[in-house]
Amino acid sequence: MKLYISTPPHIRTNKDTKRIMLDVIIALLPTTLAGIYFFGYRAAIVLAVACVTAVLAEFIWQKLAHQPVRTGDLSALVTGLILGLNLPPTAPWWLACIGSIIAIILVKQLFGGIGHNFMNPAMAARGVLIVSWPALMTAYTLPSVFPALDAVTSATILSDAQVAANYTYMDMFLGNIPGSIGEVSKAAILLGLLYMLIRGVVSWRIPVVFMGVFAALSAIFTGDALSACLTGGVLFGAVFMATDYTTSPMSRLGQFIYAAGCGLMVALIRNFGAYPEGVTFAILLMNIVTPLLDKYIKPRIYGTKGAKKNA
Amino acid sequence: MTVNVFIFMVTCIFTNNFIFSRFLGCCPFLGVSSKVNTSIGMGMAVTFVMAVASLFTWAVYNLVLVPLHIEYMNTIAFILIIASLVQFVEMFIKKSSPSLYKSLGIYLPLITTNCAVLGVTILNMNNNYGLLQSVLNGVFGALGFMLAIVLMAGVRERLETSNIPKCMKGFPISLVTAGLMSVAFMGFSGFGA
Amino acid sequence: MLDKSTAKGVFINGILNENPTFRLVLGTCPTLAVTTSAMNGIGMGIAATFVLVGSNAVISLLRNFIPDKVRIPAFIVIICAFVTMIQLLMQAFVPSLYESLGMFIPLIVVNCIILARAEAFASKNTVFLSAVDGVGMGLGFTLAITIMGCIRELFGNGTIFGFNVFGQGYDPMLIMILAPGGFIVFGLMLGIVNALTNRKQKSGKEDAV
Repeated sequence: MKLYISTPPHIRTNKDTKRIMLDVIIALLPTTLAGIYFFGYRAAIVLAVACVTAVLAEFIWQKLAHQPVRTGDLSALVTGLILGLNLPPTAPWWLACIGSIIAIILVKQLFGGIGHNFMNPAMAARGVLIVSWPALMTAYTLPSVFPALDAVTSATILSDAQVAANYTYMDMFLGNIPGSIGEVSKAAILLGLLYMLIRGVVSWRIPVVFMGVFAALSAIFTGDALSACLTGGVLFGAVFMATDYTTSPMSRLGQFIYAAGCGLMVALIRNFGAYPEGVTFAILLMNIVTPLLDKYIKPRIYGTKGAKKNA
Repeated sequence: MTVNVFIFMVTCIFTNNFIFSRFLGCCPFLGVSSKVNTSIGMGMAVTFVMAVASLFTWAVYNLVLVPLHIEYMNTIAFILIIASLVQFVEMFIKKSSPSLYKSLGIYLPLITTNCAVLGVTILNMNNNYGLLQSVLNGVFGALGFMLAIVLMAGVRERLETSNIPKCMKGFPISLVTAGLMSVAFMGFSGFGA
Repeated sequence: MLDKSTAKGVFINGILNENPTFRLVLGTCPTLAVTTSAMNGIGMGIAATFVLVGSNAVISLLRNFIPDKVRIPAFIVIICAFVTMIQLLMQAFVPSLYESLGMFIPLIVVNCIILARAEAFASKNTVFLSAVDGVGMGLGFTLAITIMGCIRELFGNGTIFGFNVFGQGYDPMLIMILAPGGFIVFGLMLGIVNALTNRKQKSGKEDAV
């Protein structure tokens, strides 16, 4: 019998990794399809390249390192898909390639593989990409199924404020706005969240607190909380990236602090920072704080509520 | 005034973090970051020394070196001030609080060669900071250093049980960790500008 | 096995077996900070080598006169004298390089490589051997940070020593010349050096059998 030692959280249910990852993929389907619907075949190519590269990178690494090949647990596929959904539809194929390799090799496998990465691989990779190629990563085009041939060269860089000024709330909610492939359709993201909540894959805590704090601060900073929540990648980040098991705290209080910190950082970076969107950096920053939150706030073991110290 | 100090603090601690953006104090950052508790102790000792060193070097530079027109002696003057300061702090803590000395003792001598300390005094000089700004730069810079080293220690405690490839164990994985943390800190760029 | 009592052994020791950057992992701050281009790397390396040779020689010369108790402050003062010298020389003759290395020139004073060699080698060996040790260690450091500078400049700017390598179509990976790139490239290079050394040691053992 083999004993695996892994860092927390140890999931105390009978669900295995593959089952959870499959649920996440199903939850990601609506937003994936919405992205392809709004941005056409280019979005599909970006997503395919990201997914294939991620799985291949994991497979090749595990072969070379003489480790058991575990690509069957679908975690690499999820990482590739989330990364792809975080890229703009105009992203060149090599950008998706490099991003997936960074996510799988640098952020995940070098630290010991699944469950050992201290940062969300897709987020860290997106962070590297946005720092390296800021222009390519924000070259958003208008949604169109059959883009004109020169769409890439005439790409306009749109900030959230510009989007908010030019589109209706309904456009923003359904996804008929420029942005990264997976983040545009808020309706599809909420559908995915609903599925994950029903399946018990994630709890409501992180997404709700994240969005709540962000909305409150946006109302103070900009006066329009609704359009702040409906633009950019904040909802996608709160639902799919901040909820990653490995890189979010275990305790409830820890999760509250973590999610509130994410919301705070997104609002601050959006309004005061040099980068137009802060979701990536906010989640990465709170990923770094997670080990300390776990160290000082231990989850209460079930059944010890109200137990008093016997002096 | 208060707003300016706040903006200065945010810039020093986050945007121009000593470790993640200026590369000052990397040796203790990599060397003394394996445990959270020791890294907090190290951070506090560095904060104290950096604040006092900023004060003294400002005084010596502006009141002694500049009037005598021997500004080129700054490096040697600064390092001597820092070395004697560290010596003094060590003696003082040893006499006044043996328990604190016990927990900090081994790190105190190391602070002399912490380039964050000499670095902050040179930064103060190059930027022509006034007395108050120099001391604030020392305190906030050190707090940024402390933040970095404590966060790093938290991550490293977690990595202890991880199955890291043999050739990456130790310094290599610590450096990659620091690199990824520095990516996250890039999010602060533009703050206070 | 290298004979550390001969000049040749001492020299090669500094470049390979005990390379200060890749094997001893000393002087990490300048390694990370100034390697945004190959030229900066070489400039920093030469400046540090100058200080290293000078301080090693003088400390070795004075090793029987410096009282043991105040040796560290004494070493620092000697090192500092050489740092101030190179600082003024660079300011006069290579002002642009001096500008781009910035505060990391005066910070050579607290570069752990130099103090470590003073303590571990120069205070125990003859002047000639100490100077050779300084040259070996200095070149080892220069070589290491120049290689790092080349890698970061190549990917982050598409050039090496300013010469365009990848052509006009290359979209530089900006992160390589920013702070995160320094940490990550250094970490990966250390990992690669470790892997190569492990392999070499393994094959060496098999040969011996």
